[in-house]
Amino acid sequence: MGGIGRRGVLLGGAATTGALAAPVVRGQRAAGVKIGLVAVLTGPQAALGTHLRDGFLLGLKHLENRLGGLPAEVVVIDDELRPEVAVQKVRAALERDKVDFVVGVVFSNILAAVMRPVTEANTFLISTNAGPSTFAGRGCNPFFFTTSYNNDQVHSVMGQAAQDEGHRRVFLMTPNYQAGRDAIAGFKSRFRGEVVDEVYAPLDTRDFSAELARIAAAKPDALFTFMPGGLGVTLVRQYRQAGLANIPFLSTFTVDEATLPAQQDAALGFFSAAPWAPNMDNPQNKRFVADFEAAYNYVPASYAAQSYDAANLLDSAVRRVNGNLSDKNALREAIRAADFRSVRGTFRFGTNHYPVQDMWLCRVARRPDGRFQTETVRRVLEANADPYGAECRMRVA
Amino acid sequence: MSAQLLLVQSLNGLQFGVLLFLVAAGLTLVFGVMDFINLAHGVQYMLGAYLGATFAAWAGGFWWGLLLALPTTLAIGLALEWLVFRHLYDRDHLSQVLATFGVILVLNQGVRAIWGTAPLQMPLPEALSGGIALMPGLLYPVYRLAILAAGVLLAGLLWFLVEHTRTGALVRAGASNAPMVAALGVDIRRLFTVVFAFGAMLAGFAGVMAAPILSVEPGMGDSLLILAFVVIVIGGIGSVRGALMSALLVGLIETLGKSLMPDLMRLFLDPSAARQAGAALASMLVYIAMAAILAVRPQGLFPARAG
Repeated sequence: MGGIGRRGVLLGGAATTGALAAPVVRGQRAAGVKIGLVAVLTGPQAALGTHLRDGFLLGLKHLENRLGGLPAEVVVIDDELRPEVAVQKVRAALERDKVDFVVGVVFSNILAAVMRPVTEANTFLISTNAGPSTFAGRGCNPFFFTTSYNNDQVHSVMGQAAQDEGHRRVFLMTPNYQAGRDAIAGFKSRFRGEVVDEVYAPLDTRDFSAELARIAAAKPDALFTFMPGGLGVTLVRQYRQAGLANIPFLSTFTVDEATLPAQQDAALGFFSAAPWAPNMDNPQNKRFVADFEAAYNYVPASYAAQSYDAANLLDSAVRRVNGNLSDKNALREAIRAADFRSVRGTFRFGTNHYPVQDMWLCRVARRPDGRFQTETVRRVLEANADPYGAECRMRVA
Repeated sequence: MSAQLLLVQSLNGLQFGVLLFLVAAGLTLVFGVMDFINLAHGVQYMLGAYLGATFAAWAGGFWWGLLLALPTTLAIGLALEWLVFRHLYDRDHLSQVLATFGVILVLNQGVRAIWGTAPLQMPLPEALSGGIALMPGLLYPVYRLAILAAGVLLAGLLWFLVEHTRTGALVRAGASNAPMVAALGVDIRRLFTVVFAFGAMLAGFAGVMAAPILSVEPGMGDSLLILAFVVIVIGGIGSVRGALMSALLVGLIETLGKSLMPDLMRLFLDPSAARQAGAALASMLVYIAMAAILAVRPQGLFPARAG
C-alpha cells in the first residue's frame, strides 16, 4: 500500500481514539476481511449514521459474518460529521488496522475528505449514501464505488415527477448551502414550468413560519423542498399546522424512515424520491425489512438498505476473486460485476461506478401496525444513469 | 408584500422573540446577579423539550407534559447548581465557560444515550390545535398565539417578582453589588441557587412550549443560546426589562429580515443572486444590529446598573 510509510509518521495517538477496534497483532495478516465502516454516530444527524451502520451489520449477520467465505471484521468509525476527524480516523484504520475496504459515509463533505486518503492507499471506498457529482464525472476514481445514487439524480426525479403531474407553478425552498443549491439545480434540470420563488433558509432554521407565510402568499401548485434531518421534521410539522398540506409537498431527503418517527401523521401523503422503499416487493427486500425491524425495532431507511446492499456486494466480490484481495484489478472487476441480489430488485454499476437504476416517486403511508414508511407510487425514471457518467474516464494505474 | 403578510410575519417575529425572552431571562439574571457565564443554559431548554415530550407521551397529553416537566427542570437546575456551578462562582470567566461547555457536551450526549438520536415529537394540546386564517391560504396556529400570550404573561409576572417583592429587591441589589448584599447579612449563595433554579425552569418552560412546533432533538438549545446571549447583551446584562425588549427586537429583526431581505436585495441584484445574498445578509442582520446598538450604547439598551 503506497504512501503509508510517509504518512504513518504524522499519525498521533489522538488519531486513533474513536476506532473501536481490537488491537492488531503486528505482522500477522489473518485470512479475513476487515472493513472500516464510516458513519456519523454523534451530533444532530446521528440518526442517519445509525441507520447506515445497522443496515451494514444486518447484511453481515445474514452472511453469517463472512464475506465471500472469509471471516469479516468491522471497525466502526464515527466521523462526527467533521471532515478533519474523519480523515484522522480513516487513516488510522488504513494504517493501523489495515482495513481492506472502507464502507459507509452519510455526508458528501466527509466523503470528499476521506476520498484521497483511502483511494491513494489503493483501498476500495464504497459509499453507501453520499453520492456527490464531484466523483461521478471527471473526478471519478477506479477505487471508488457507490451503492446509493448521484444526488442530482434524486432531485431531478422530483422535477420530472412535478412535470408529469402537471404542476405549472412550483415554489422551491432549500437550506442555504451548496447541497441546497444543487437540489434546486437538479429539480430545475427536468422541470419546465414556472418557478414562483426560490427561498434559501439558514441551515440552522428552527422555525419556518416566515417562509411558510411566503408560500401561502405565493399560492403555488406545489412545493419542492430538500430539508434533511431535523430541518425536515420541523418543516413538515409546521407545514401541516399552517394548513398548507393541500399544496402538494414534493421533497427529497426530507420525509424518510429516519425522520418519520418524529413527523408521523404530519407527513402523511407527502412525496419523496428514492431508488428504494421498504415496501418493494422482492424476497430479499422482504427479508431485509422484516429482520431489520426485528433486530433494531425501527423501520429501515434508504441509508440502511444501501448499506445492506453494500455488504452483499462485497460478499459477491470477495467470492468472485476467491478471497484474493491483493489483485486490485481483479477485485475491481469483481465489484463492478455487482453479482448480488439487491433489495432494489436489480442493480448494476455504470461506467463511473455509480448505480444505473430505476428511480421512484414515493409517498408517506401509515402501515397497519401503526408505523410510518415511504411507499412506492410509480416509477419515474427507468434504468437511469446519472448525467455525469459520460465525462468519466476511468484511469486504472 | 401585502399588509397581511407583514402582519403574519410580525406575529411570527414576536412569537419567536417571546421564546427567546424565556431563555434569555434566566440567562441575564444568572449573568447579572452572579456574574456567572452559563453556556449550559440552552441545555435546560432542550431538557424541557425532551421531558415535556416524554411526560406527554407517558401521561397522555400536552398539559401533563408541561405540568411534570416544570418541576423536573427546576430539580435538574438545582442539581446542576449544587453539583457543578456553585464551585465555579469564584473562578474566572474562562473556567466557567470551559466547565459549562463541558456540561453541554455531557448533557447533549446523555440525551442521545437516553432518547436516541432521532428527533421526538410532542402532541399539540387539543384545545389549542386549531388555526386562524389571518391571510388567505394560511392558517395561523392558535398555539403560536398561546405561546405569545404565555410569554407576555410570564414577562409581567417576572417584572412583578423582580420589582415588587423582597426577593426581587435582593436580586436587583445582588446584581448591582453582591458583596455589599452579603455583608448586610443576606445569604447570597441561597439567593443564587433560587435565581439559578428559577432561570432553569423558565428555559425548561420555553422548551416545553417550543416542543410541539419545533423538532425535539439533541443540541436544539445550542443555536438558541447564541441568540439569547445577543439578547442579553443588547438588552443590558442583568435587566429583565431589557431582555424582554431586546428579545422582541431580535425576534422581529430575525423574522422580518428573513422575509424582506431577499425582496430588498432584488432592487439591486438579479433575482437568483438577490435570493442568495438576501438569505446570507438576513442571517447576519441580528449581529449587525447588535454591533450598531453596542456602538451607540455599550451598556445595552436598559442597563441594570443605572448610573
